[in-house]
This record gives sequence, C-alpha cells and structure tokens, in this order.
Amino acid sequence: MRLEYFQLIDRIVALDLDARTIEVHAQVPQTSTIFEGHFPGHPLMPGVLLIESMAQTCGWLLIGLNGFSRMPFLAAVKEAKLRSFVAPGTALSITASLVHDGSGFAMTRATVRSDGKTVCEADITFRIVPFPDPRFRASMAEVARAIGFPLEVRIDG
Amino acid sequence: MSSTFDTVANIISETCDIPREKITPESHAIDDLGIDSLDFLDIAFAIDKAFGIKLPLEQWTQEVNDGKATTEQYFVLGNLCTRIDSLVAAKGA
Repeated sequence: MRLEYFQLIDRIVALDLDARTIEVHAQVPQTSTIFEGHFPGHPLMPGVLLIESMAQTCGWLLIGLNGFSRMPFLAAVKEAKLRSFVAPGTALSITASLVHDGSGFAMTRATVRSDGKTVCEADITFRIVPFPDPRFRASMAEVARAIGFPLEVRIDG
Repeated sequence: MSSTFDTVANIISETCDIPREKITPESHAIDDLGIDSLDFLDIAFAIDKAFGIKLPLEQWTQEVNDGKATTEQYFVLGNLCTRIDSLVAAKGA
C-alpha cells in the first residue's frame, strides 16, 4: 500500500470471472504520514481507507468482468461495518463478489480480513462508464500490471 | 400491468421512503417523486431482481441525451411498467 497515493491493493491473488469473485492482498505500511495525524500516539489505518480498499478490490473485479473496457466509479457504500482497529504493518486479505450486474451500474459486496478474522465489510455500488480519457485507461493498465492483474491481453486490448 | 405497477410502486416506496399513496401510474419518477439517478440505481437493482430482467438504463439515458426519447417515455411509472412487461415477455419468448 501507498496510502498517500491511494494505492491500496498490492497484489491480485485470485480473479475468478465465472464465480465473479476476487481476492487481493494488501499490506498496510509500517510508516505513513497519514499515521502522524491518525492518530498521534495511536496510529490506525483510517476506516475510510479500508472502505476505499474494498472499493478498489471490487473495482478490479468489475474491470476484469468487463474486459478492461469500462471504468467503475464509486457511487454508494452501504452497510459498512468497521469491526476492529487495523494497525500499521497489518496484512490484509480482501475478497469481493458481484451481487448484481446492472445496465451501467453494479452492486458488489466486499470483506476485509486479517489473520482470517473479518475486519470490515460493505455493500458497494458503482456506476460503470467508458474510460473518460485514454491516459486514464493507460494509467489503470499500468497499475493492473503492477498488481498482477491476470488478463494481460485485455489490458493491452 | 397492475401487478407490475404494484410491485414497482412498493419498491419505490420502500427504497426511497416515499408514501405508497403518492405513487401513481402517472407519477414521473424524477419530476414528481424527486428520485435522483443514484437512488434510481437501487430501484433498478430491485426491479431487475424482482422481474428477472435487466433494465436497459444506459440505452434509455443515451436516447434521452440524444433527443430521441423523452424522460416521460421511461420514467413515468405507467410507461416504465409497460416496458418492464415487454422485457419480461421478451425473456420468456
């Protein structure tokens, strides 16, 4: 993770397009300027960034399902529950599944676990639109390669 | 159509917390009921699920934006229900 750059996913562990599920690994860094303010003397991974990490996980699932042709944008977060503190250095496993594939939108569900224990979960809605700019898609393709997105042909396609 | 309307009206009432009696076949989801596009995603989700269809929201939006259709054609509830019935019929054909 590079929190300051919103790079919250380190590696895609599994992407199953038939089951419409994804699992990713995300390592909370030991140090970050964010921990200086959140909180002094008690550094914690901010809950909003845990939610963002779930959204990014769901986003990669949706991009995988649409063959890297369209971009999901976060639209709604429901039933978000932050069950325990996440300290610097924690290894996280994030899983997500597609709940509903709508026309121009998708409903997903994600869970973050640490050592097998659920840390947080949420139902997340996305609007899905064509990439608004080719440079944006190119930057997403670059990130995809870095985190082991398994569909290289589609990334380039 | 009447049962379709009842199902849709109940979905809208529950999803958007709108009193059921305010929802009529003549209601325009946006102009009369004040439903915005984000709330309509929840409604579309519930409709898709209830009827086993996929409302073609992108196509409808494109047609409205291109001036080929009016919002009334898709978002007045009576018209919406007619379209739902057509989609259900097409699915079963």
